[in-house]
Amino acid sequence: MQSIIFVDGLSKTYASGFNALKNINLEIRAGEIFALLGPNGAGKTTLIGIICGILNPSAGQVLVAGHDIVTGYRASRSLIGLVPQELTTDAFETVWATVSFSRGLFGKAPNPAHIEKILKELSLWPKKDSMIRTLSGGMKRRVMIAKALSHEPQILFLDEPTAGVDVELRRDMWAVVRALRASGVTIILTTHYIDEAEEMADRIGVINAGELILVEEKTALMKKLGTKQLTLHLQAPLEHIPASLAAYNLALAGNGGDLIYTYDSKSARAGIATLLKDLDDAGVAFKDLQTTQSSLEDIFVNLVKDRR
Amino acid sequence: MNLHAVRAIYAFEMARTRRTLFQSIIAPVISTSLYFVVFGAAIGSRISEVDGISYGAFIVPGLIMLSLLTQSVSNASFGIYFPKFTGTIYELLSAPVSFFEIVLSYVGAAATKSIVLGMIILATAYLFVPVRIDHPVWMVVFLVLTAVTFSLLGFVIGIWADNFEKLQFVPLIIITPLTFLGGSFYSIQMLPPFWQTVTLFNPVVYLVSGFRWSFYGIADVHVGISLAMTALFLGVFLAVVAWMFRTGYRLKA
Repeated sequence: MQSIIFVDGLSKTYASGFNALKNINLEIRAGEIFALLGPNGAGKTTLIGIICGILNPSAGQVLVAGHDIVTGYRASRSLIGLVPQELTTDAFETVWATVSFSRGLFGKAPNPAHIEKILKELSLWPKKDSMIRTLSGGMKRRVMIAKALSHEPQILFLDEPTAGVDVELRRDMWAVVRALRASGVTIILTTHYIDEAEEMADRIGVINAGELILVEEKTALMKKLGTKQLTLHLQAPLEHIPASLAAYNLALAGNGGDLIYTYDSKSARAGIATLLKDLDDAGVAFKDLQTTQSSLEDIFVNLVKDRR
Repeated sequence: MNLHAVRAIYAFEMARTRRTLFQSIIAPVISTSLYFVVFGAAIGSRISEVDGISYGAFIVPGLIMLSLLTQSVSNASFGIYFPKFTGTIYELLSAPVSFFEIVLSYVGAAATKSIVLGMIILATAYLFVPVRIDHPVWMVVFLVLTAVTFSLLGFVIGIWADNFEKLQFVPLIIITPLTFLGGSFYSIQMLPPFWQTVTLFNPVVYLVSGFRWSFYGIADVHVGISLAMTALFLGVFLAVVAWMFRTGYRLKA
């Protein structure tokens, strides 16, 4: 797939001396949903800010559809829509006026039909003549998305798009994002909600302390780094694991009532059959069993923890 | 050139004026009318003519200039400061607009408001005193140049300010005193020689003098010097704004 954003050796050092980004290299593919994960202060918003033109880079280069963000800022910025993390709106403007303003600001001729379409898609049409200050937080978030989409961008940055919104709105937004992707828009989202990335993203990037730790296909990442656990619900609780089972990666849980076996999901031989035989030999009986795969959240926590 | 953006910002700023019509237009007109009543009718009746012009008519250019300077500065400073304060500046910084287009639209809107206000005050003056305009073209030139120049200054202040106190500091503590002491209500020829020399360091003297010349053909300093000084201020403020955008001063980290 063709790359639409190309980040090469990007660094950012603030006047205070804080190194927010350290030699970031990243390619975003056209038409994908890319989730950027990282703890607070990792550099997610700084990276987005530089690509969108809000912050100056200290070193490195960013190309958007082949246009340098510094020398070709007009071309690059006109392709980008940004929904920032903070709910920053013109409180005294109407929904219609503020969305129309954004379209003009990004160099597009007025197109009431397009604005109407966006507002309807985001369930904002009944509120088009309402002042923004009268809207709920969720509605304001929708207005910000409408503003970002007003000039028909090819790339949409969503910085923590569902922070502080209710479950229903979150589902609505996911639907909007999917529809946008289906129409060919490339989406880069940062989120604290791992399940959001797991649900939405094609690829995941993990950033920590200004460094891009990894970029992977979501499914490949989960397969590569994921571990599986077999939980055996024992018929009788154990006080300790029998010495004959010491070779296995076992742990007791639930006051000794559960025996947990952690194994590598990518391994050709998980060793479950031999474990069950050895359990039988050791006289450990179980009444039920289940397997679980580690979530993206587990992977993320482990990655960040390993770097500390 | 991103004309759609220029139009959008300009219309946005003018819409803000319409929403705050009382604060933007009516309040300055009321306060200027009070100046006419106090200085023109009450005190002015006890002051003889200045350079052959009745005192009430003499202060008209100064009063217009007073409003023009303060309103240009406050309109432009508020226009750019408010998006910084609310955080909506992100949209401006991420838009495909050049520094020139941003300045053109914000300063253009601020100057438009000030000029409209100046014309309303001029119309109001006709109700109180016999005003005449000897050089109408030059009057418009001075009006527009001054409005643009001080809107640029306001834009600089709006970018520099990081709180509302700083935003008000320059208009209240610097611009208003300089305007009062810049010959708005008197001819500097009426001052003792020492203070005449000191007054010449006040830039507002040149603006008021040139503007008054366009009305009555009388000036404290030569009109050419007034014009040159106005152009100089314009150039200086333009250079400061250009530097701010080039470096991202208080706009981009």
